[in-house]
Amino acid sequence: MSAQEELILHLKKKSVLMRMDLLEMLEPGKVGHLGGSSSMIDIIATLYFHKMNISASEPKNPNRDYFIMSKGHSVPAQYAALAEAGFFPKKEFRKMKTLGGMLQGHPDMSTPGIEAVTGSLGQGLSVGAGIAYSLKIMNGWSNQVYVACGDGEMAEGQLWEAASFAACYKLSNLTMFLDQNSLQACGPCSEVMCIPDLAAKWSAFGWDVIEIDGHDLAQIINALNHDSGTKPKAIVSKTVKGKGFSFAENVVGFHNGAMTREQYETARNDLESLWEELN
Amino acid sequence: MAEFASLREAYGKALVRVGKMNPNVVALDADLGKSTFSRTIMELGEERFVEVGIAEQNMASLSAGMALSGKVPFFSSFAVFSTGRAYDQIRSSICIANLNVNICGSSAGLSDYGDGKTHQSIDDIAIMSVLPNMTVFVPVDANQVDGMVEAMMNYQGPSYIRIPRNDLPVVTSPGAYRIGQVDVLKPVGEVAVFACGGAVHDALTASEKLSDKGIRAGVISLGTIKPFPVEEVRKIASGAKGVVIVEEHNVIGGLGSAVKSALAGMPLKIDHLGIEDQFGQSAENYEVLLETYGLTAEDIENRIQSLMA
Repeated sequence: MSAQEELILHLKKKSVLMRMDLLEMLEPGKVGHLGGSSSMIDIIATLYFHKMNISASEPKNPNRDYFIMSKGHSVPAQYAALAEAGFFPKKEFRKMKTLGGMLQGHPDMSTPGIEAVTGSLGQGLSVGAGIAYSLKIMNGWSNQVYVACGDGEMAEGQLWEAASFAACYKLSNLTMFLDQNSLQACGPCSEVMCIPDLAAKWSAFGWDVIEIDGHDLAQIINALNHDSGTKPKAIVSKTVKGKGFSFAENVVGFHNGAMTREQYETARNDLESLWEELN
Repeated sequence: MAEFASLREAYGKALVRVGKMNPNVVALDADLGKSTFSRTIMELGEERFVEVGIAEQNMASLSAGMALSGKVPFFSSFAVFSTGRAYDQIRSSICIANLNVNICGSSAGLSDYGDGKTHQSIDDIAIMSVLPNMTVFVPVDANQVDGMVEAMMNYQGPSYIRIPRNDLPVVTSPGAYRIGQVDVLKPVGEVAVFACGGAVHDALTASEKLSDKGIRAGVISLGTIKPFPVEEVRKIASGAKGVVIVEEHNVIGGLGSAVKSALAGMPLKIDHLGIEDQFGQSAENYEVLLETYGLTAEDIENRIQSLMA
């Protein structure tokens, strides 16, 4: 097995574990953002377990890379990565969105490894650009900043303010993943607010744009390794909302829905089968 | 007659002074850096000033990111834009995270007299005060701007400073400003006048006129609206029979609300001069606007006399 094949197998296993973690956070009957969390899992697994320089023992190390979940409702995917990386124990999963729990409904500074408050959409790319400016322009450091945005989120005007800023200041240490799962809370993105040609738009704003399948680990790795010169990088990633949960794939209702007991068991069986295949 | 000085220029000079002390201090502006004087910090290096373009929402969240990576950002624009236009970014990116991000609202109150209601901030104190974790300052003169900017840099949380477009008389000495500091500029007699910003100076003029008529009106500058110095204000008021509050802000949600809340239950006659829940308008000068909204020294004098009659 080549090093690349080994890496991909490693990341595939992490992705399965992280999807299993989502089940721990979202027991049957508990409402949560399963759709947009599961569509991000493969990208986040690649960031946390391949690309990013992070350490659970030194979560505030100034040399670390940063990840900001601008589409804050998908934070369960980040919680999964953080727990798998040892930032907090998995026993916190069951207490997500309960009173006094460490894992809030949207990203909060009280959770180890969370870098910014997001949830009010459209703000995370600006926060990431601010970090990228500090690191590159003021400090002259090479840390990287990664931000995940949703395609529904593209309707927020502030994102385009941040897009201009990042290109203007040549924030080549900033990468934006667009999780293009094509569905949002009230229906298909194309029907809620038609924003065609997103890749062309980011390119026109001065970003280096790479289009990938957001569940193809090799493509994610290659896109991350691609040298964008002095431009910030936009990785426009086609994804499936609810990916890995057969009953939830491409179903609008799982933007923020609850699984039945039967659906939960189906997901668990599917993921366990996948896990056995990989081992 | 006291010497007048620009609070906007003082803000720029203060950024340079604290920026020398702390290399992490950085200033951002949304195409108004020449007016707010935030660009002055470029003396310390081009990278210390970040031109954001006309994008206040981005500016607020960028500042959050800078604070999260160890910087001490000060972002400025006209008060209506740096607060209202970026309200949710201040709330979500900055205040919930409790970051050391410092906001300057320049040309505040009615001081941008010509530009009219879209540019006159009568609500900035209210919307900044209502945010948990936020500290709110209203300097009385240029010296106090300098002390407050240093206090903002040192305080590990978000803060807001309200700067008028017009020059104001210098009534305090240069030096440090303590958060919650109360400046008794004229000792309290039967009346205590609580004011902030430019209104303090009109209150001082009114107090002088009244002393000729045998009414002793003390003048207190409240430079910190939040956290509000409740006990100190109660103590000062306890020596008076009447309290008058003056502010260049909506009577809802500003200094008056804070003072009246602090004085609850005390046996005092109270009057409150402010902008009566309406927007401003264009005018040929600042003074005519103060006359229109009943905020001149003469108005204060008359209202004190009526209260104590």
